[in-house]
Amino acid sequence: MGIILILAPISVALGLAGLAAFWWTLRNGQYDDPAGDAARILMEDSDNRIS
Amino acid sequence: MALTYDLARAPDLSAFLRKEKDGTAHLELLVKGARCAASMSKIETAVAGLPDVTTARLNLTEGRLAVRFASSRGDASRVIATLDKLGYPATPFDPAKAAEAHDQESRRLILALAVAGFGAGNAMMFSVPVWAGLFGQELGPATRSIMLWLSAIVATPCAIYAGLPFFESAWRSLKAGKANMDVPISVGVILTLFISFVETFLNGRDAYFDAAVSLLFLLLIGRWLDHRLRARARSAAADLLALQAPAATVLGADGLERVKPLSEVAVGERILVRPGERIPVDGFVEDGVSELDNALLTGETAPADVRPGDTCRAGAVNLTGQLRILAIARSEDSAVAAIARLVEAGAQTKSLYVRLADRAASIYVPVIHSVAALTFLGGLAFGLGPREALLRAAALLIITCPCALGLAVPAVQITASARLFRKGVLVKSGAALERLAEVDHVVFDKTGVLTEGRPRLIEAPAQAVALAAPLARASAHPLARALAAEAGPGLRATDVVETPGQGVEGLIDGRRARLGRASFVGLDGVRGGETELWFAFEGDTRVRFRFSDQLRPDAAQTIADLRALGLTVEILSGDLEGPVARAAQTLHVDQWRSGQTPQDKAAEIDALTAQGRKVLMVGDGLNDTAALAKAHAAMAPGAALDASQNAADLVFSGEALSAVADSIRVARAARSRALENFGFSALYNLGAIPLAMLGFVNPLIAALAMSGSSLVVTLNALRMHGAGRR
Repeated sequence: MGIILILAPISVALGLAGLAAFWWTLRNGQYDDPAGDAARILMEDSDNRIS
Repeated sequence: MALTYDLARAPDLSAFLRKEKDGTAHLELLVKGARCAASMSKIETAVAGLPDVTTARLNLTEGRLAVRFASSRGDASRVIATLDKLGYPATPFDPAKAAEAHDQESRRLILALAVAGFGAGNAMMFSVPVWAGLFGQELGPATRSIMLWLSAIVATPCAIYAGLPFFESAWRSLKAGKANMDVPISVGVILTLFISFVETFLNGRDAYFDAAVSLLFLLLIGRWLDHRLRARARSAAADLLALQAPAATVLGADGLERVKPLSEVAVGERILVRPGERIPVDGFVEDGVSELDNALLTGETAPADVRPGDTCRAGAVNLTGQLRILAIARSEDSAVAAIARLVEAGAQTKSLYVRLADRAASIYVPVIHSVAALTFLGGLAFGLGPREALLRAAALLIITCPCALGLAVPAVQITASARLFRKGVLVKSGAALERLAEVDHVVFDKTGVLTEGRPRLIEAPAQAVALAAPLARASAHPLARALAAEAGPGLRATDVVETPGQGVEGLIDGRRARLGRASFVGLDGVRGGETELWFAFEGDTRVRFRFSDQLRPDAAQTIADLRALGLTVEILSGDLEGPVARAAQTLHVDQWRSGQTPQDKAAEIDALTAQGRKVLMVGDGLNDTAALAKAHAAMAPGAALDASQNAADLVFSGEALSAVADSIRVARAARSRALENFGFSALYNLGAIPLAMLGFVNPLIAALAMSGSSLVVTLNALRMHGAGRR
């Protein structure tokens, strides 16, 4: 029984971490240009990151 | 029409820079033709290498290049010239419009969707043990209480955040004295949360925390799909606007050329219009001789001559010579403005259209709410006690929540517009599809819609085409271009001199030759038709080429298809009687009118509407704009003027007129899918309501029923994928 009280918050915290990560990617504009990002990995000198 | 620039006389484009507070400047450009990694790196390296440029980043998905300059005096024209040299024509965005394009709403919706997904998943995790308890498994009251509280802690903040778009919309609609679909959704969610808290507090059995959040999750999917549909159409429309005469080249007092956004051109300024460009505002011709193509303004196919002193109207295309124009009106006050007012009036009648889902909601909302109230009162009357009665009413509200309306209609419409998008038809909104499905009468404009909108060679003496082609290739005049197109690629004449409004002269194999009007080749007294060209070698016989604006190859087939769909067809044209009658006869259309002014066309649409007809207007010109806005549904070809594209619900690109019949077919299929979904949810509610009233619904059944019905309507929507394929 006691184990639930430990595991349940951990699982919610993991979910929150995922949500926060998604929020960060969204804020960071990672879904603004899917075609461009797919092409960018093929470029040799790709050091101009998302600003 | 992309503007091109060269370094030698680079105009000043500083009006397109967005100046930041920290002294830097920002420029956004629409770049055509960049498709792959190689072109992207080429563009970025070249632009970033220019002096004063700090970063250059190309968005390959949207074809936009964002350039940041180190100082506010960045040289935009140099960037464009560099891109031009690389082979990618670029057009600057108006800074105000570029800012609008960044879509905040979409981000907000997707974040709400993520939060709702998180909330639904995690609240469900705590609900599963509670559900298991429903079947008599061992779950002590204390454990159940812990589970319910954990569920409440996770679900409530998520439901409040994810529900905000619905609550706001419901509040707006209530303030306007109406009830849209978001009202029952909001009431249902808030009431469910409230009851669930009460139940949890009283150590009760039924708490619907997970149901409230997963309901929002499903509805947000629908909301986001609907938003994407409109956002995509909006950004495509913004690109078109950027491409079509967004700017005017203004001559300053110092003799320097600067390019200004249209809205900043003032009365009394001198504007330079090169051949191939559009006249930006109404004005007097001060200098230069040329011909103007008014086809998009009036529907006339023959070009009109202009010389100093003549007035010219915004929207006409300058064909042969460079013109200097004195602006006599601002962009908003140009001849276009009268038409724009008609468009506004039309847009207002269109906004009165009530969408299918909202019409269903207007029946659904009062019914469900009175049934819920009845359940509560009836429960009290049969001695259930207020708590149980309220619980049953809440269960009824949540199980009947309009998922089918909120999710199924957008799902149908986005699959339908994705289908049409692949066929080159851009759908501006879901409402446009709904209106298109109701259409029973189609009105066509002639020039540029039924016809190709450009002249084509129809009569020429044998071998004369090949002889005259080198001279034709050297000219930008539409008739000469049609001749050159007929001849295919080949040699160009040398020493070419073009006399605006007359013709071209040059050397072909060392022989002097002329191509142009009858008088230009020395034939006086011949009444030269507007759609013919004469060609002669010096001192040789003169030959005549005749041109005509040909019907689109699939025009007859499209009209037959429309008739097969049970629609009636009519032609309203601003052109002269002869060409319109000929076109109507070829296409077997009995109802046609010629010489129509924009007001005539709009009045005709009004008259048809008054007779109860639902009219689809297909037009491209400025003279059609008012009619497009007034008609029940409107389509414009991609080559149409921006004003027409704005007034239209659907824009089809490409040469094929068959897009009109295809769109109607897809719209009708989408409508029947949506109606099927309504039928299904009516059936589902008919079963669910008695169960909820009798108290058979528990949280597990609510969760299953809700997701089950959403799945069914979504799968039915996906059947759209194959619709209209014939």
